[in-house]
Amino acid sequence: MLPRLLAGPPLAAGAESLDDHRRRLGAMPRSADPRTIIDTLTASGLLGRGGAGFPVGRKWATVAERAAGTAVVLANGAEGEPLSAKDRTLMATRPQLVLDGAVLAADAVGAERIVLYVGSEHLAARTALERALAERRAGRGSGRDLPISLVAAPPTYVAGEESAAVHFVNDGDGRPTGTRPRPYERGVDGRATLVQNVESLAQAALIARFGEAWYREPGGASTRGTALVTVGTAAGRGVTEIAIGTTVAGLAEAAKVTTDVRAVLLGGYFGGWLSAGEARDLPLDPVAMRTAGSAFGCGVVSFLAADACGVEATARIIDYMAGQSAAQCGPCVFGLRAIADATARIAGGTAVADDLARITRWSGQLAGRGACRHPDGAVGLMQSALRVFADEFALHQRTRRCPVARAHSRAA
Amino acid sequence: MPAPSEPVGIVIDRIRCDGHGMCAELLPELIELDDWGYPIVHGTTVPGDLGEHARRAVAACPVLALRLRPVPRATMPAPAATRVPASTSGG
Amino acid sequence: MSEQVLWFASRGSGIVSLVLSSAVVCLGLLTVVRWQRPGWPRFLTVELHRRVALLSIVFLAIHIVTAILDPYTALGVLAAVVPLASSYRPVAVALGVISVDLTIALIATSLLRERIGQRTWRAVHWLAYGAWPLAVLHGLTAGTDAVAPWMLAIEGLCVLAVGGVLAWRISAGRQRRAALPAVVAASSIVGSPASGRTR
Repeated sequence: MLPRLLAGPPLAAGAESLDDHRRRLGAMPRSADPRTIIDTLTASGLLGRGGAGFPVGRKWATVAERAAGTAVVLANGAEGEPLSAKDRTLMATRPQLVLDGAVLAADAVGAERIVLYVGSEHLAARTALERALAERRAGRGSGRDLPISLVAAPPTYVAGEESAAVHFVNDGDGRPTGTRPRPYERGVDGRATLVQNVESLAQAALIARFGEAWYREPGGASTRGTALVTVGTAAGRGVTEIAIGTTVAGLAEAAKVTTDVRAVLLGGYFGGWLSAGEARDLPLDPVAMRTAGSAFGCGVVSFLAADACGVEATARIIDYMAGQSAAQCGPCVFGLRAIADATARIAGGTAVADDLARITRWSGQLAGRGACRHPDGAVGLMQSALRVFADEFALHQRTRRCPVARAHSRAA
Repeated sequence: MPAPSEPVGIVIDRIRCDGHGMCAELLPELIELDDWGYPIVHGTTVPGDLGEHARRAVAACPVLALRLRPVPRATMPAPAATRVPASTSGG
Repeated sequence: MSEQVLWFASRGSGIVSLVLSSAVVCLGLLTVVRWQRPGWPRFLTVELHRRVALLSIVFLAIHIVTAILDPYTALGVLAAVVPLASSYRPVAVALGVISVDLTIALIATSLLRERIGQRTWRAVHWLAYGAWPLAVLHGLTAGTDAVAPWMLAIEGLCVLAVGGVLAWRISAGRQRRAALPAVVAASSIVGSPASGRTR
């Protein structure tokens, strides 16, 4: 499959300049009615790439209804998910495409301001976007006068959540604010705000140039288009673009994953585990994955090698998630910490009698009881781990030893 | 607050909630406390005979974390088939 | 004879109001401390707090009205609402007047809590730490039997009760904070405005 978002110079070459970008892709089309792109996006079936997978056309239409010319576009490049690297890679290598998408969105929804919300730890992405903005301002821009500012997002897991992003831009406080009002109603500066992932904006910019039929050429049975995924192994992470519907096995082969795989973590810390057998032929397609009890999420595909322990990996993830709680809601603060501590004890061989039963009970109680979905994601991951690694958990709890470590030390 | 005759659901502001637990004391049929004293709400609507108790639970909350929200009649699901068994501990 | 009645009514209702408002402060603090016993659920504490508060202002109203009507003090209505406007023990009465003003703010905001919102209500409720001590000082300075042994005993009990429960509340707050998982204490989630805005 020919790459689309990542077409052009190799990623290692760094940020593509404005001139190269224009030469390669042509100028952004100017439309008499900037809102026609909304219908095009709806027809394309483009889904948001921030994790929720909400239809992009519908989202822009909702904001456009409320905008009255004073809306704000917040390009979300916070990427607080530790296993994901696609957004920072996209911003660092194709910043002009991201800016194209942001300006396109601003015209379509009637916004008068753009905020680029980029994780403060993503230095290459920030530099690339700053330079890209400078290139546009140096007279080689499209001549539009939209103020575009770059805000460094706090390096936390929840900072990329919609209400947290708006909260930080408004008040310097990166904590989610609960459900009311939602950003599309009242967001940055009290205006209707479109919070859109940077990959979604980049995809929109390509669709504006080449049309929805072009976008829909590659793809899977239920969902069309391409998507960026972050492939993770013990050796490291790599970002690649796939046709939606590529199977996990197909991706593993293309990414040259050679180790024996025990399980796959899909969707990031907010997603869930599947055993290697379950995952092998699963199409990386939001609809198919939801049917299989999984989720495409932000496109993370992490392979757990057969000589690694799923209990330990899960303990580390849950400990991180507990520490990343915004500490606003009791169930999340206390519940995740209790689950994390008990899982750590089980992983470390110091489990007390009821630990496994309590983890199971607590995990069933936390969903929906926080102001944001952080606890839901964490317990979703925990419950998938309890299912996929059921045997390992039971053995850890009962024998206080890691069956994987023993198996491999015996084989050595 | 919604009018007494409307079907209502309980909404908790999770950030405001500080685990005082009075809601569970006053509406034990629908609210129980987790291991740390924070409320778990069972069922999406308050059955008619518990309406007054729900109102009292909302009024009692020292941090105004509870709210009653009208539930449209057309989409109202059947009241929770199982209620939380009455707690025998002192609470 | 009727002057004696007014004088007794004013002193009596004042003392009752002071005792009740001391109980109100204690009940409020016990609510925060989350005190409970088998047979005394937590909602009882907060509901008593509210109901006793309303009861105490009934006696407070009687105290003010009888004091105004009492010819001995020659308090006009003005002196009862404007601090230091009284010719009878101006400072002592002023303490009471300010205490009443704060109490009115407390009661009004509490009755309208659903409409004004939790944050505003909470900010105003801190005035309770002003209203109650002023009432105690008013009691010690304004009445003719202010320093009679039985009166001092009553005042002493009120101060001990409130002081004790307040100390308990402060210590319980510290314990609760210490018991919170480290994630709360070390929360670095809140970004600072200095973490970077570039144009």
